[in-house]
Amino acid sequence: MKWRNVLTQLKEQKAALAALIILAVFVLMSVLAFLSPYDPNKIMPMDKLQAPNASHWFGTDDYGRDYFARALYGGRVSLSVGFLSMAIAVLVGTAVGTVSGYFGGWVDNVLMRMVDVLMSIPSFFLIMILNAYLKPSISTIIIIIGMLSWMNIARIVRAETLSVKEREYVLYARVSGQSRLNIILKHIVPNIMPTIIVAATINIASAILMESSLSFLGLGVQQPNSSWGSMLNNAQGYIGEAPYLALFPGMFILLTVLSFNFLGDVFRVAFEPRANRR
Amino acid sequence: MSKKEDVLLDVRGLKKYFPASKGLFGRSREVLKAVDNVSFHINRGETFGLVGESGCGKSTTGRSIVRLYDVTEGEIWFDGSNVAGMHEAQLKPFRKRMQTIFQDPYSSLNPGMNVTQIISEPMEIHGFGSPQERRQTVLELLDKVGLKPEHAERYPHEFSGGQRQRISIARALSVRPEFILCDEPISALDVSVQAQVVNMLEDLQAEYGLTYLFIAHDLSMVRHISNRIGVMYLGKLVEVAESDELYRHPAHPYTQALLSAIPVPDPKAVGGASSAMLQGDLPSPMDEIHGCKFASRCPFATDRCRELEPEWREIAPGHYAACHLHDGQQ
Repeated sequence: MKWRNVLTQLKEQKAALAALIILAVFVLMSVLAFLSPYDPNKIMPMDKLQAPNASHWFGTDDYGRDYFARALYGGRVSLSVGFLSMAIAVLVGTAVGTVSGYFGGWVDNVLMRMVDVLMSIPSFFLIMILNAYLKPSISTIIIIIGMLSWMNIARIVRAETLSVKEREYVLYARVSGQSRLNIILKHIVPNIMPTIIVAATINIASAILMESSLSFLGLGVQQPNSSWGSMLNNAQGYIGEAPYLALFPGMFILLTVLSFNFLGDVFRVAFEPRANRR
Repeated sequence: MSKKEDVLLDVRGLKKYFPASKGLFGRSREVLKAVDNVSFHINRGETFGLVGESGCGKSTTGRSIVRLYDVTEGEIWFDGSNVAGMHEAQLKPFRKRMQTIFQDPYSSLNPGMNVTQIISEPMEIHGFGSPQERRQTVLELLDKVGLKPEHAERYPHEFSGGQRQRISIARALSVRPEFILCDEPISALDVSVQAQVVNMLEDLQAEYGLTYLFIAHDLSMVRHISNRIGVMYLGKLVEVAESDELYRHPAHPYTQALLSAIPVPDPKAVGGASSAMLQGDLPSPMDEIHGCKFASRCPFATDRCRELEPEWREIAPGHYAACHLHDGQQ
């Protein structure tokens, strides 16, 4: 019944509807990137640094590669890093949060102090250091970003678990002998799903930003592959003569992150209409 | 009505303390004595009512008995086994024999599960039958509690409070328990629905030979359903008697005050019992109270009451009370 609220919210807030459409278009474009007639990695020195025109919609970069094709394939990387590291963060965060909240006591203390410690380390530097030792690849980035961004989710999930575990259907499950694992899986997680979805949506946005920043610093996706962040990195040197090289990936990152944040806000309001009316 | 020998549940010296404030390293400094040395027994097939103000420990007593809480001290003998000190694994067979119906019909059913899933859950836990058999049992139980077969696929939010409470009852019955803890099962319902639910509980008791511990704060309904009644005040049992005896000859001043608070249908019948209306507020359960805990609000309190805790004694056959006013008797 709460999903109906989401539809109502989407209808009410045109910005959120636009966000959803933008995201759908980006996802579709990335999935269908193979339809592009250009190879994103093929170097054509003769065509280098062309301004946007009819055959190269976004122009070409300093190696003469079609910028539109590169943006499409780059979107694949950026979006999949966003989704997959979010999935890791949600899994770890939900597991830690529910266990911590449900069991309480010393388990809670140990897990939450661990979260405190991880949160107090600037994760960006940690990622840079880790990246120096691990072979940079998309899967490494996904795992690293996922493993360093679950702490917020764990905290939110723990707080919700504390409230749900006192509800009488959980008490009933306990006195009727249900196992703890089943109580968490059947009674707690489904009832804190809205919170998890909101946290996950915001998490995608920050994961995409994180990947872009890493790639911008040259620590993420390696040449010749592209992501929106590495394209920005590449565009640095030509910002005077070919500003469109920075404009397109920059716009994509901005729109994607903004859209996920809008969407997260819609979910938040839709799932808790009373608490969050604006 | 009940044979004296056939005791199903025997609670002896039950204590449940909650840590109230924590010291630097999580060690508790103060304790809240929610239940403090409570003893009573329930015979097989009878209904034992437990009444008292909010916060007197009646729900904690019930929840300790079904082992939702770990017991601080004391023994809970259920059909010859002491469940007070058991681990979760040892408790499992008893979890089937002791079921619970909770107070709030809006929070006692998982909103994400449909009625079939809700009622089958205890059967799944205790391995009752195949999925088809369980489905069949659900339909039979729905019929028993006055719901229709088409309700089986619906979700809790589609039902009224009374209907939800019937679902809770069906769920409790699904594993054929002997004992059901009714933790204020009617307090959240409309008065018209209360009577229906109480009557249904009585019919089911007769049919399945159930034993109830019925917790409530509404004395008129408790009198109707209970064979015997216990009155609690600040974590202690102050009086236990057969219901009619308790209503006719309340021995403890607190019981008298509670009974005088029952609204009388006749507006002209003022005075009399209502003169025993309670003064003052419930003291904090954190306070260390010497002597009788009720002394601060008791109209008959003497110095003796404030110094010496009254003993639990039988003042008439089957009628127990803890009050100095009855020291001379028996």
